[in-house]
Amino acid sequence: MARFSKELEHAMKFGVVVFPGSNCDHDTYHVISKVIGQPVDFIWHRESAVGEYDAIILPGGFSYGDYLRTGAIARFSPVMGAVKAFASRGGLVLGICNGFQILCEAGLLPGALMRNASLKFICGHINIRVETDDTPFTSRCRKGDVLSVPIAHGDGNYFCDSATLAELQRENRVIFRYSDANGAITEAANPNGSLDNIAGICNRPRNVLGLMPHPERASEELLGSSDGRVVFYSLADTLAELAKAS
Amino acid sequence: MKARIYVTLKPSVLDPQGKAIHHAVETIGFRAIQDVRQGKYFEVTLDGALSRDEARAEVERMARDVLANPVIEEYRVELDSNSDA
Repeated sequence: MARFSKELEHAMKFGVVVFPGSNCDHDTYHVISKVIGQPVDFIWHRESAVGEYDAIILPGGFSYGDYLRTGAIARFSPVMGAVKAFASRGGLVLGICNGFQILCEAGLLPGALMRNASLKFICGHINIRVETDDTPFTSRCRKGDVLSVPIAHGDGNYFCDSATLAELQRENRVIFRYSDANGAITEAANPNGSLDNIAGICNRPRNVLGLMPHPERASEELLGSSDGRVVFYSLADTLAELAKAS
Repeated sequence: MKARIYVTLKPSVLDPQGKAIHHAVETIGFRAIQDVRQGKYFEVTLDGALSRDEARAEVERMARDVLANPVIEEYRVELDSNSDA
């Protein structure tokens, strides 16, 4: 991964939202602070402003015990009003796993994450193919790159109606798809029954991305793969460029 | 006043849980079951001062905005016929 520069020129401030039941908040914080070396704060879900941050991450976990539906209660947290306003101003928002589910429930991303087709909670390393480098979250990737990253979810089965799926495909908004190690999109490589092997999508302005796999759990070789850190480096790069331009 | 809300998956959405239940009951000898769809059921108690129309409007709004996810689910609301209940 020679495309990683050792140091980023501008320090960008990341915020990691903590809901009751979040459990990947510290992993995400660790990767931002120690791996890519950027300032980061936790944001408690009762905060009603997120204005001082350059990027907001909704981490994985089981917010509010996933009662009712995954992400259904979290979307009413005070912080989500602030996250919506932040996103509508063009702020960068990344939702990982439960964060993706919350973004869908909140209407920031289309579709829904349903119970895995197998009905089983799945936990393990899988492969995803990067479908486009045209997002702030994949700018350091090349289209077709295959990343080895873990999943850990019971409800990751992406669903949307056929009109929405056509729109996602037409607008190049399917960002990650489950693939085999060679990048082939096959049914066998689809761990949870997701429509069109979808593992991650973005919104129309491309500043909000949600994905079920955990890039923060694959950002250091010690953990078996560092493929996931490209997402955080891409994010930091984009922010640095935005800062230079302004 | 009490209301009952049924939230079910849209007919067009696959229901793997319902299928698993169907398969299980077939296995133990229920031959006549042709299909099973799983859903959610809510009992809600409302402020007794509300009129039936107000109560229905309140519960419909709650079902639409919170209890059901319109991407995958639909809902049905029943108000108790005895409004003093």
